[in-house]
Amino acid sequence: MINLNKNNFNRRWEDYRKFTVIIIMIIIGELINSTRDVIKEKIEEKDAEYIKKIAREQVECGANYVDVNSGAFVWDEVDYLIWLVETVQEVVDVPLTLDSPNPEALKKAAEIHKGIPMINSITAEKERYDEIMPILKEYKSDVIALCISDDGMPDSVDDRLKIAEKLIDSFEKEDIDLDRVYLDPLVKPISVNGEFGYQVLDTIQKISEWNTGIHMTCGLSNISYGLPKRSLLNQAFLIMAMERGLDSAIIDPTDKDMIKLIKAAEVLLNKDPYGKNYLKAVRAGELD
Amino acid sequence: MADLENIGNAVIEGNVDTVKELTNKALEDGQEPLSIIKDGLIGGMNVVGKRFKAGDMFVPEVLMAAKAMKSGMEIVKPLLTEGDMPSAGKIMIGTVSGDLHDIGKNLVGMMVESAGLELINLGVDISAEEFAEEVKKHKPDVLGMSALLTTTMLEMKNTIEVLEEQGLRDNIKIIVGGAPVTQDFADEIGADGWAADAASAKDLAIELIGK
Repeated sequence: MINLNKNNFNRRWEDYRKFTVIIIMIIIGELINSTRDVIKEKIEEKDAEYIKKIAREQVECGANYVDVNSGAFVWDEVDYLIWLVETVQEVVDVPLTLDSPNPEALKKAAEIHKGIPMINSITAEKERYDEIMPILKEYKSDVIALCISDDGMPDSVDDRLKIAEKLIDSFEKEDIDLDRVYLDPLVKPISVNGEFGYQVLDTIQKISEWNTGIHMTCGLSNISYGLPKRSLLNQAFLIMAMERGLDSAIIDPTDKDMIKLIKAAEVLLNKDPYGKNYLKAVRAGELD
Repeated sequence: MADLENIGNAVIEGNVDTVKELTNKALEDGQEPLSIIKDGLIGGMNVVGKRFKAGDMFVPEVLMAAKAMKSGMEIVKPLLTEGDMPSAGKIMIGTVSGDLHDIGKNLVGMMVESAGLELINLGVDISAEEFAEEVKKHKPDVLGMSALLTTTMLEMKNTIEVLEEQGLRDNIKIIVGGAPVTQDFADEIGADGWAADAASAKDLAIELIGK
């Protein structure tokens, strides 16, 4: 089982308990992503009200971080990302997850972000690692570390563990507190290969057993690409991954069924002692 | 014709054993190898492509169908002499320099191959110079480039420029795809086309080859 860092957990708890929804899993709200057509359109129109509404909704539903991505605008990514950070921070207090492979976009967005941002993402690809590491250091940011190396996308549990080990070693050398790092084992679509689910689950378990204090997160919805009724698969997979040690997820927090399942799983995995949050949510009518 | 239709249906169902059995039977009955391929195996796969695009079939079913089609091809192909099989065209694909995301690109590869196109899959992280070299060597009708990252998308533009510099651009059609890639972007960098998914990419490639 993963070694949840209590201090970090309490900090988040204090920060977010003003909302009735309390989720012990660390939720990164994925909705403000320009590769989604509706968001792309709203960003282009600079429809601040719409973006603010989506940001607020995600936090009210339990998001601990709000992801912002303007990657669909290849020429104006930096400007739009800055606009997103400014716009979203007008209405939510949780930190934002700055989502770009582009170091310039990340740096400029981190610069104007109020408080400590999360960087999404660093990888073990040498060039990307070298460019993004200084940003982590300068802004003391949290970071999502994706299991990709210069050798390519991982194809097995072993590939992932090797990349994870390399990343963890590098972070320790750079004096990056692993409690700030969210490792994403890289989820690939189950529709393409039936083993892709197990590969991620086994990786999560192994890394959790290392007890380094690193968080385990994942871009969950990749698992269901190419199949119908995707949210059903996403939900089932999330529960399985939680049992293996996943303690964070990049999801749509407004998916009520998903949130309900997470709360139930937290009781069952003894992450919600005495079912305190669960019962609170029941009484508030949130699980109906 | 009836047994060819059954071969097509077995491809659609992704049933390897039935495809093999019916293909062997069709050969015994004296069917032309070429018509087994065109009307049976590829015929079935064309239906799969249409249904996939319409959202009636899904990725694992397409993979199964492609596997079933291949199992039939393996039986029939050795019976053809070179040149018997009219090439429907040649397509070369790869992800651009710095980009390792290849799931979508591989789906495109499977789709075009199943439609009877000759496929050259260069793999991932292909530099502009490598693309140019391979284009020179293989002379494909279509070059398909994929990028999933905003930082690597511009490599598509770079590759097109290198192809232009080397005088290779005019002989090929270039199509692009990947999550952040749009029709606008394709137009801006001077590509010949963009497709949203693997089945559309296959249709686009065939359409461009026909031009």
